[in-house]
Amino acid sequence: MAGTASAGVRRSPLAPYLLVGPGVIWLILFYVVPTLALARTSVSGASGPWWGGYARAFADYGDHLGRSFRYAGLATAAAFLLGYPLAYVMAFRAGRLKNLLLGLVILPFFTTFLVRTFAWKTILGDGGMAVSVLSFLHLLPEQGRLLNTSWAVVGGLTYNFLPFMILPIYVSLEKIDRRLVEAAQDLYSGPLRGFTKVVFPLSLPGVFAGSLLTFIPASGDFINAELLGSPNQRVLGSVIQGQFLTVRDYPLAAALSFVLMIIIIALVLTYTRVLGTEDLA
Amino acid sequence: MKTSAREGAVGSRVGGRVLDAVAGLVLFYLFLPIFVIILYSFNKPAGKFNFVWKEFSLDAWSDPFKYPALVDAMKLSLKVAAISTLVATVFGTLIALALCRYRFRGSGPVNLLLVLPLTTPEVVLGSSLLALFLQFNTPTGFATIVIAHIMFSVSYVALTVKARIRGFDWTLEEAAMDLGATPSRVATKVTLPLIAPGIVAASMLSFALSLDDFIITLFNAGSEVTYPLYVYGARRAAFPPQINVVATTILLGSLILLGIVVFWQERQSRMAMAEPGK
Repeated sequence: MAGTASAGVRRSPLAPYLLVGPGVIWLILFYVVPTLALARTSVSGASGPWWGGYARAFADYGDHLGRSFRYAGLATAAAFLLGYPLAYVMAFRAGRLKNLLLGLVILPFFTTFLVRTFAWKTILGDGGMAVSVLSFLHLLPEQGRLLNTSWAVVGGLTYNFLPFMILPIYVSLEKIDRRLVEAAQDLYSGPLRGFTKVVFPLSLPGVFAGSLLTFIPASGDFINAELLGSPNQRVLGSVIQGQFLTVRDYPLAAALSFVLMIIIIALVLTYTRVLGTEDLA
Repeated sequence: MKTSAREGAVGSRVGGRVLDAVAGLVLFYLFLPIFVIILYSFNKPAGKFNFVWKEFSLDAWSDPFKYPALVDAMKLSLKVAAISTLVATVFGTLIALALCRYRFRGSGPVNLLLVLPLTTPEVVLGSSLLALFLQFNTPTGFATIVIAHIMFSVSYVALTVKARIRGFDWTLEEAAMDLGATPSRVATKVTLPLIAPGIVAASMLSFALSLDDFIITLFNAGSEVTYPLYVYGARRAAFPPQINVVATTILLGSLILLGIVVFWQERQSRMAMAEPGK
């Protein structure tokens, strides 16, 4: 009796499909179908050839596209340089403080994204604390400013997506067998070579996942560019938003959005080939 | 030999200090805007914009509901977050259970479908949904915001719950059944308590993401205004310190919630450790 009940729960061939059903249907209806709708809208220009939206996207907004990816790339590199040491300290040096540090890394992100970015506007503003400190250290020329520059935009992007870099690196460092690290230090007689030969290669899956999780949202983000940059720092996301919601040139807007997506997919695939990991999830 | 090892140790000690210092600076960077947000909730700005420090005041804290539009926006955000979290937690948990407990045809594509929304920039997610709603002449508003929030939350919930219950010992369920428990009793007395911590963590994440979402919401909100949308609009008209009061309150609220959950989970794991035979 009990045996059949158990078999009933365990082996019903329909059970997994019933369980995934509602969520999967939702994702198909509101993720897959919308992507198709976006593609359709992008080729539905009333006048001109079907690819008219794409032609204008590259001709008129190539600069914005380039800036989006340049800022995202710089922010990803900066997040790696800042995030790796912190993740390393959390995994190997924090001892009992590990969980506290983990909490501290996540905590700032419980305040609203937009309010945080506005706070950077205050910090970086003319006469704000960052300008004063940097001028005092002669790192910034007189009358130099931070707000409304590319530096501010990259800084804001780095800040807002840093946890997405830190957490995957931390997880992959945490998984490394400590005995391996000790053995490496014995064999290579030095912590630095032990790190470059053993610890760093083993943490690459985390670096890989972290850089994708930073780069992808950063390339689509337009809040940092809008709040911390000037019109000279306008990125593709801003254009897509404006074309969809204000100008209402839907074919162009959809083409821009589609181009952003295709380029990201292409970059991610290349990156995956180069680093050769599929352990994203 | 011995000296070189000692030199290595000294070198690593200095290197370690440097590393600790860098980590400290990065933490400072992470917290700098948070200090500013909290500090400026006590500011009495000279004009309509709370971007420059003038003087200390408790005005905003003693009158947090001064701006009805801000209060309405907050109410809307909480309502959207509550509904979308509830639905997404159910959908996502069911997917996670299916993926962890069964081997079935199509589990690969399901996994892919979960990861894809996370690797798509928000501006693409938001504009795709809007393109869909435009094609079907669906007016955007409350319902479309909730639809969008459920969509991006399902993936986060499913992946979080999945990560927590991977490697979980499902024979416990069979043991309970062998001892005569009915399937519904097994579900409520064995399965649910074991996966509960994962579900709680996932639903908190989902709630936080919904409350914070700006870009996807912007595309699908119609004339509705959530809290992030209110903050965005505030850059043009007026940016009162009450915005900082709300942000600080959200931070404190999540801190308290996080504390409760951590305390509860530690107690649970301690109880599990104390059980005989474990």
